Amino acid sequence: MHTRGKAFIAGISEHPTRKAVDTSVAQLHAESARGALDDAGLSIEDVDAYYCAGDAPGLGPLSMVEYMGLRNVRHMDATDVGGSSYVLHVGHAAQAIAAGKCKVALITLAGRPRSEGMATGTAPRNYGDASPDVPFEFIYGPTVVNMYGMAARRHMHEFGTTSEQLAWIKVAASHHAQHNEHAMLRNVVTVDDVVNSPMISDPLHRLDCCVISDGGGAFVVVAPEVAASLKRDCVKVLGCGEAPKNLMSGQVDLTYTGARWSGPQAFEEAGVAPGDIDYASIYDSFTITVLETIEDLGFCEKGKGGAFVSDGNLIAGTGKLPFNTDGGGLCNNHPMNRGGLTKVLEAVRQLRDEAHPAVQVKDCQLALAHGTGGSLGTRMGSSTTILGRADA
Amino acid sequence: MSARKIPAPPTNVENEDFWAACNEGRLMLPRCGDTGKFFWYPRKISPFTLSGNVETVEAAGTGEIYTYSVMRRSDPQYAIGYVRLDEGITMMTNFVDCDFDSLAVGMKVRLVFVEAEGGQKVPCFTPA
Repeated sequence: MHTRGKAFIAGISEHPTRKAVDTSVAQLHAESARGALDDAGLSIEDVDAYYCAGDAPGLGPLSMVEYMGLRNVRHMDATDVGGSSYVLHVGHAAQAIAAGKCKVALITLAGRPRSEGMATGTAPRNYGDASPDVPFEFIYGPTVVNMYGMAARRHMHEFGTTSEQLAWIKVAASHHAQHNEHAMLRNVVTVDDVVNSPMISDPLHRLDCCVISDGGGAFVVVAPEVAASLKRDCVKVLGCGEAPKNLMSGQVDLTYTGARWSGPQAFEEAGVAPGDIDYASIYDSFTITVLETIEDLGFCEKGKGGAFVSDGNLIAGTGKLPFNTDGGGLCNNHPMNRGGLTKVLEAVRQLRDEAHPAVQVKDCQLALAHGTGGSLGTRMGSSTTILGRADA
Repeated sequence: MSARKIPAPPTNVENEDFWAACNEGRLMLPRCGDTGKFFWYPRKISPFTLSGNVETVEAAGTGEIYTYSVMRRSDPQYAIGYVRLDEGITMMTNFVDCDFDSLAVGMKVRLVFVEAEGGQKVPCFTPA
């Protein structure tokens, strides 16, 4: 079943908080939901499908549907593939709408790791003793940073990628974040600033890492007839793809991501090629995440990402591939350590001509949003969606 | 500088044989009995055929560093990485008893067992 053009994103909301000391996780979800429904011109009575992932408290949709008073939900999806979940949800919602299962799907994300003092990047992660990989990995102290550090090290070894090239990704994000009043890091940084920042887990420096923030966001995916009834500019869902990638039974290769498979699915469904994309939201937990993903999506040849991202090529207005014009996870916001949802939001802003004027891509017709969940160093979920203007 | 203490691995009915062999100084690699191919991490189901026909073979204990990262922000620091074993599979490990600044991708390493909290021995690697 093809879903090209069979669903639209009608409303978006990014919670303005970056430190939610006095707000619960459920409240953040609900406030984000209200913002997205208001933006679309819809009410909770209109919502007939609800999507969330592992950040939702309690029993996911069961808890949150009740909390928010969503009385008309007849379709649910709680697929959790880490931070990429919400990009994947775009595709699942489009499929459900195309199949006639629902007309108004609400997707929310929220969390408060900053207020809760979570050592997001530097404390070893343990997904539970019943996870079959844990006994053979957790003992060695895998943290988010050293897992991505291992990917960066191998990419450098095979392709000659340098720390300075990775640094350009942070530099570009910082150029965009200076215009975002909600961004956590608004200072423009240089390549020297990045490579001279403290080493966290080599070869990744502090400024190769994303921020840790509280907050949330939401968006609403609707059927074409609903989109046509709304006053708001709606963005058309053109193509979606998803794929897991892992350690492949011991044939480990950390130099590529699941975008190698999710990207072509999305491009094929949309009927477009990487060169057609005007703006890209690329998941940016770390600089290396962006570099490998750009290669895997086909914006440049494998191994040439270092040269591609250098010299400001990702900066809106000057570069060939303007990316993460809200400042991304690297500078703006990475709510609940899951950056996929905000990737969708900035792609929608660009297609609506509602990005900050300093970073708005002129005549933006086609945008891509990509999510990477889990870890580049072990197992990940990759999801890609391609969006266009309503008349695309 | 004292080394990072390795936490006790969670053992279960599927992997207890593996850990018992480690305590005897043997790293047992799982191999699919249907295809003859080694795989990692250990499990009693073959990821190549989904059958339970899995045998184990003692590793030679030699290989080379595929990649690594030194956790500079932890105290004590430690080196995590992947070793590509001479049997052709790649496993996560720690590099121990060495100067972390001397590590390099492609460096030849050999197996050593390090006692974790609680006494279980776990496979680690050191420059050969």
